[in-house]
Amino acid sequence: MKKLRMAIFDFACCEGCQLQIVNMEEGLLDLLDIVEPVEWREAISDQSEEYDLAFVEGSITREEDEQRLKDIRQRARILVALGACAVNGGVNRLKNAPDMDEVRRCVYGNSATMPHLATAPTKAVGEVVKVDFEVRGCPMSRREFTYIVRCLAAATTPVVPTYPVCVECKLRETVCRYEFNEVCLGVVTRAGCNAPCPAGGQWCYGCRGLVDDPNVNGAKDIMDKYGKTVADLRSRMELFNSVEARQCQGQ
Amino acid sequence: MPRTMTINVHHVTRIEGHGNIRLQATDGRVEKVLWQVPEAPRFFEAMLRGRSWQDVQTVVSRICGICSFAHSLASIKATEAALGLTVSQQTDQLRQLAFGGEQLESHVLHVGYLVAPDLAGVKSVVPLVSSHPEVVKAVIRAHRLGNEWMELLGGRRTHPVSFRPGGFGKLPTEKELGDLKGRLMNVVQDLKLIAATVTSLAGKLPAFERPTEYVALTSPGCYTFYHGQIGSTDTPDTVAVERFEEIANEHVVAQSTAKWARWHRESYAVGALSRFKLNHAWLHPLATTTARDLGLTPACCNPYMNSVAQVVESVEVVEAALELIDQLLTRGIKAEPLRPVRPKAGTGVGAVEAPRGTLFHRYTYDDHGVCTAANVCIPTNQNHANIQKDFEALLPEVIDEEEPRVRLLFEMLVRAYDPCVSCSSH
Repeated sequence: MKKLRMAIFDFACCEGCQLQIVNMEEGLLDLLDIVEPVEWREAISDQSEEYDLAFVEGSITREEDEQRLKDIRQRARILVALGACAVNGGVNRLKNAPDMDEVRRCVYGNSATMPHLATAPTKAVGEVVKVDFEVRGCPMSRREFTYIVRCLAAATTPVVPTYPVCVECKLRETVCRYEFNEVCLGVVTRAGCNAPCPAGGQWCYGCRGLVDDPNVNGAKDIMDKYGKTVADLRSRMELFNSVEARQCQGQ
Repeated sequence: MPRTMTINVHHVTRIEGHGNIRLQATDGRVEKVLWQVPEAPRFFEAMLRGRSWQDVQTVVSRICGICSFAHSLASIKATEAALGLTVSQQTDQLRQLAFGGEQLESHVLHVGYLVAPDLAGVKSVVPLVSSHPEVVKAVIRAHRLGNEWMELLGGRRTHPVSFRPGGFGKLPTEKELGDLKGRLMNVVQDLKLIAATVTSLAGKLPAFERPTEYVALTSPGCYTFYHGQIGSTDTPDTVAVERFEEIANEHVVAQSTAKWARWHRESYAVGALSRFKLNHAWLHPLATTTARDLGLTPACCNPYMNSVAQVVESVEVVEAALELIDQLLTRGIKAEPLRPVRPKAGTGVGAVEAPRGTLFHRYTYDDHGVCTAANVCIPTNQNHANIQKDFEALLPEVIDEEEPRVRLLFEMLVRAYDPCVSCSSH
């Protein structure tokens, strides 16, 4: 089998998803049997003109970055959005405010008008170019990344869960975070991560985005049962799903 | 021979984030020498406004994928200071223990995957898998251990979830700590092999010296990563971390979306070399021996030696962790459930030594525990001006070398700082 020519690019983000690829340790060596990294600035010094498989990490926040992303799209046969920042904007969307000049002043003070500090509202990769596949999460899961790469190498379509994180907590026998009087987004968040956060002692903050058809009434029942409100849920949803949080205003 | 050259490195490889090197010389005269940072800024201080004290760590952890434990711990400390929360000795020691895992993971990643290819004359770690299989395996094992160590204490290896204001959301068991101790004892052999390999290749590091101001947290009696006050090689006085804005003096420059810093001079340096220079007296025995074998001395002013100091610190954090685990196991792990927090208005600062240097977080909260203002000062912000000053000193020294060699020396210099560029453009 011919190896897929793989490239990895990053935009506005923490580069933590790329780090998960390095964190595969020996598993990365196995992956090199099916892919050949031809451009990956963080790890290698080579560059390439074309790629079978381009992974794009991070959000798009500047005009010049939109152009760079479009150029990558043209060179790539398959383009995969890597991690929450690329898939839906992630925490970067928290900066999106009606007055972007005020946001710039908050950080850069009197220097905020310098041209190189320009910024636009955060966009996900899919808002600029066509995205073929997504690897969700903040950071993405190494297991899911490997699975998706193997599917693409075998020319099959990866299947990602459409049930909520609660299912995975039940399977792991993790005590529900609501029992600790905490607001957890596992009830509406897409599974596939194996629920490491509730198992590690914290609520789910929804980094994988919502399930396709969230059980809104079920979520309301849980809020009622534990004396929480939909407003509590929405406030926490802002972190990684600010668009959906605003859409559910008033529910 | 008078040299004419133009070097433009667009997006230096094998570093975190985006930085450019711009050099120009005509007839041996330096015309341009620039360390540029074009990284897209993310505006974290603006993002934090309006966030609950419970969600701040979750947000700021995302400033950096490589040092998310450093950000999380500085953040939790700042929130605790603002809300007036105190923690138990057990919590304090477990956090320090967790942080050692990140130092090991980050340092091994930097030295093994990002710097070693330059010393071996290749473009990435991939060719080293066949040319240096034993040491690459040692690097992978040490890196894996660093990650699994972090996962045990932080719940995840990137963007931890177990650290909470006031304590831990989930504690490790005594058995898990005992297992970690065994693995830490085993990794010492791998670290010795890595150190011996670096020693054999250390001659490839350029002999470039430029004295500057070196800054790090310092705490007498301890090679500290987590506690202490701000120390400097330019003054015997230390400064409380609450006054970090007065020492960093962050300012905006046209060549960088990341702010620069300066204290007593035009620039200063933070990171492993600074910590070694200020705190070497308190290294553990094997780390002290490792420094001696590697030829690292407190008088060293060679920025390329920062990577060597990271090797020494990799040994140090393992020795320190073995001690911490013994103390924790002797006392036994107590349950310590999180106590309810009543938010109150206040301001707090948290500081730690991230793998790349001193990191500061400051938050202000209102009566409801909602963040109204934040300021985050990153190690790489504090190094950018120093990289520029090193560039200016280095180019005249190497101007007669061939262009590819000059390019490599500058790329290696940037890598030596282990910059977290996207972190610095937070």
